[in-house]
Amino acid sequence: MELIIPVINFSSLYPEIIVAFFALTVLMLQAFAPAYSKYFGYVSLVGVLIATLFVIYSPSAFDLRSVAYSFNDLWVVDNYCRFFKLIFLLGTGLTILISISYAPNEGIQHGEYFALILFATIGMMIMASGVDLIVIFLGLELMSISLYVLCGVTRSRMISNEAALKYFLLGSFATGFLLYGVALLYGATGTTSLKGLSEIILKTGLQGHIEILGMAFLVIGFGFKIAAVPFHMWTPDVYQGAPAPITAFMSAGPKAAAFAALVRVFATALPSLQSEWIVLIWILAVLTMTVGNIIALVQDNIKRMLAYSSIAHTGYILVAFLAAGELGTTSILFYMLAYTFMNIGAFAIISVLGGKGEEKVNIQDFAGIGYSHPIAAIAMSLFLFSLAGIPPTAGFMGKFYIFSAAIKEGYLGLAIIGVINSVVSVYYYLRVTVAMYMKESAATLKSGTPAAVIFSPALIIAILISAYGVLRMGIFPSAYITMVKQTLFALQ
Amino acid sequence: MNSLTFPILSLITFFPLVGILIVLFLSNQRPNLIRWVTFLTASITFLFSLPLYFYFDSHTWNMQFVENVPWIQEFGISYHMGIDGISILLILLTTFLSPLAILSTFTAVTERVKGYMISLLFLEIGMLGVFCSLDFFLFYVFWEVMLIPMYFIIGIWGGPRRIYAAVKFFIYTMSGSVLMLIAILSLYFLNFKMTGVYTFNILTYHELSIPANIQFWFFLAFFVAFAIKVPMFPFHTWLPDAHVEAPTAGSVILAGVLLKMGTYGFLRFSLPIFPQASIDFIPVIFTLAVIGIIYGAMVSIAQEDIKKLVAYSSVSHLGYCMLGMFALNIEGVQGSIIQMINHGLSTGALFLIVGMLYERRHTRLISEYGGIMKVMPVFATMFLIVCFSSMGVPGLNGFIGELLILIGAFKANIWFGLATTIGLVFGAVYLLWMYKRVMYGEITKEENKKLKDMNGREYAYLLPIMLFIFWIGLNPKPFLDKTTASVEHLLQRVNYQKTISENGENPTIIKDENSAIIKDNVEKKDLLNNPL
Repeated sequence: MELIIPVINFSSLYPEIIVAFFALTVLMLQAFAPAYSKYFGYVSLVGVLIATLFVIYSPSAFDLRSVAYSFNDLWVVDNYCRFFKLIFLLGTGLTILISISYAPNEGIQHGEYFALILFATIGMMIMASGVDLIVIFLGLELMSISLYVLCGVTRSRMISNEAALKYFLLGSFATGFLLYGVALLYGATGTTSLKGLSEIILKTGLQGHIEILGMAFLVIGFGFKIAAVPFHMWTPDVYQGAPAPITAFMSAGPKAAAFAALVRVFATALPSLQSEWIVLIWILAVLTMTVGNIIALVQDNIKRMLAYSSIAHTGYILVAFLAAGELGTTSILFYMLAYTFMNIGAFAIISVLGGKGEEKVNIQDFAGIGYSHPIAAIAMSLFLFSLAGIPPTAGFMGKFYIFSAAIKEGYLGLAIIGVINSVVSVYYYLRVTVAMYMKESAATLKSGTPAAVIFSPALIIAILISAYGVLRMGIFPSAYITMVKQTLFALQ
Repeated sequence: MNSLTFPILSLITFFPLVGILIVLFLSNQRPNLIRWVTFLTASITFLFSLPLYFYFDSHTWNMQFVENVPWIQEFGISYHMGIDGISILLILLTTFLSPLAILSTFTAVTERVKGYMISLLFLEIGMLGVFCSLDFFLFYVFWEVMLIPMYFIIGIWGGPRRIYAAVKFFIYTMSGSVLMLIAILSLYFLNFKMTGVYTFNILTYHELSIPANIQFWFFLAFFVAFAIKVPMFPFHTWLPDAHVEAPTAGSVILAGVLLKMGTYGFLRFSLPIFPQASIDFIPVIFTLAVIGIIYGAMVSIAQEDIKKLVAYSSVSHLGYCMLGMFALNIEGVQGSIIQMINHGLSTGALFLIVGMLYERRHTRLISEYGGIMKVMPVFATMFLIVCFSSMGVPGLNGFIGELLILIGAFKANIWFGLATTIGLVFGAVYLLWMYKRVMYGEITKEENKKLKDMNGREYAYLLPIMLFIFWIGLNPKPFLDKTTASVEHLLQRVNYQKTISENGENPTIIKDENSAIIKDNVEKKDLLNNPL
């Protein structure tokens, strides 16, 4: 029997290897040099930056169409995954910046915390680069398990423990669905590779209902991760319970990773089943947008409100997913980048204004912030207006992009529902600005001087980067649009 | 064409940004400096806009002072600015009213002056951008951007129910705008289907011949957005709250300029791009306009709060504008445009006057006043002149607009013209009755005996408006002339559709045989009959 040694091309894994190396380094440093714990954040940041450089410059910075398969068609490095990896690394970098001052205040063990964030990032990157269902599943699990722990990392808070446990139980359940879907597809076609799946389904057509069932379970599994209705029940509790930097991380990165995998699976492996899943996704999109926006209207806790708003944004992206095609797919990427900037920015401000133990996260607690912390309030207003989709912000540009895709492909009804939902969402975003600017701060009323809140330099940098991203993508988006258009070559 | 070879429109639109940046760095402890810097910025913007008036070529309907730079090429969006006869007067109105409104706030707003001034300047940028932009995306961006400063102005510095009014204003206006966004996007893809080019250029859309049944839906979508802004009955319910709760300068700008954006939208977009649908909608619009006129006036009569009275009078006045516009003849449309300017001036002045009363007595209830004329005689005179202007008394500006609109309306449809005339009477009723109760008679309240007459600053911001009230009333020709070429061109387009629909395939009435548009349309007629 011949031993065929497959071609192993480690260079395609450089970004992941770098991040893994730094994650392990931080763990080792925690074990052997715990006195320097306040530098662990910076160490991980360095790792993220180096990984970003590797993502941009490999395999070839000059050939936009390069699609390099490796590991016997388990792994790909193309523009699509490069764009998503940049989003993940951006999200991770911003989260680390936010956490650098947050972690000491909340008494979180630095080593584990930053290591877990980096591990989750690796999981996300695997999900973006994997072209085999098992590899995608591997990335999903790595990311999810790291996140389960991160949600509960502020052990002393009951709500954090609850969030972690809920996420773990519901997440495992959903992952079970996903795996079963993968198994069914394997049973139907004999392969888990995306390329293989598409060839076989194209050739043999629908054999029975197994492919459809497999596909449905995949939707359930991914739908849980992206917080689509009716798989969204975990989102409010988990977002509320997790510490704010982790909520920021969770709202941007994993969602982007899940969409990356979802789009790749459906575009590469299951395009011939399109007529089957159009109605399903249409209903999912409408439900997600509407339920997310309506329930957000009655929330008093700002983290919960942003959780429901995050569900609503998933709905908008599902609209773009449905309107597949050049405009549709590129709009998903654009929107994910815009969403990363605005959401992490908003949570960054919440993480510091929330106070010790995150007690002050109700909307009323934001009263008077406009005058005690004007710059934070302006930044928060910018992010809220961007989330609402008001020009000249990234959120507006993203929604514009998505709705043009929807209208181009003929989904006029969906576009109208989408814009009506946008208007509904304005109300709950405005409520926060009302509190910030138009209500007297309770602290001022009681004692005369508001409690002082300290913004660390790292946090300020994070907020500035997010604000710059939001404004740049809203006013001069050309560079970003060109970037997302270049990813299309990969998704043939 | 740009005869000045200088991006003057961009300069005018974005110059307030300079003021914003300066004010940002001033401390909140020096409110007077902030106020003067803001006033200076707005005045300089007005001075920059004067060359527009003098270098404007009244003989052509083409866009002037055009600037066209690609912005987001992937979508075909460009930074395209330009004005014609329809927008030039509105731009001058905006740059004229803004410094006056700012001047009026010197004693009205004493807290957080910095934010207030920045919001006012930001608002000016948005308004000027809306009137100048010739690219749909750019237009939409400015249209929406304007909501943010107005929301803050009403919500932070307004009256007791300001939060309710601000949120209502924001959401109500935005819901119309997003429908317009869908319509813009659909138009964008329709244009691609018909011409093969991806562009948001408004002038390109003017040349499209869209099948009538599709035009209906587009017109409807744009109608919702503009009707909310105008505001037309029954989309007017945001107006009383917003106007009453806004601070004086906010009300002046809201009534003076923001409401005109709705009517400007009809003139710039609905009429030229969807002429057939505009004609089909005439009965609806006439009805709503007349209802607005009469209902607005009747509700004004019943008001006890002066500011709310003036707010409802805005509904009434803009009903006239809509009526004149959709009469689709030169008198009607020109009357409508000049009445927009007049309404801006006279209602702006009315709000300034109400502001003066409010600053003295901190109440706007008519019952709290009475016999004010005895203690403030000069104020009484100014007030009366402004009331006359709003009513349409000959010799003042209101008469010119109303006369032209009535001529146009009678030409179009006698019955609607008659109904409008009744509205004129009501206009006199609510204004004169209010004036009598406030200014004439005995002084019944003690506090009113000590009121001071107008001071220098108040003269400074009221007299320029009075100047124009008389000027437009006595010599409207220079203003009307600026609009003639553009209005005639617009009407040619729309009336060509009218003659097609009335005479079937072969129109026998063509106003101007040499018009390129007519020749062009004769070729494009096929597209009309064989859609897509």
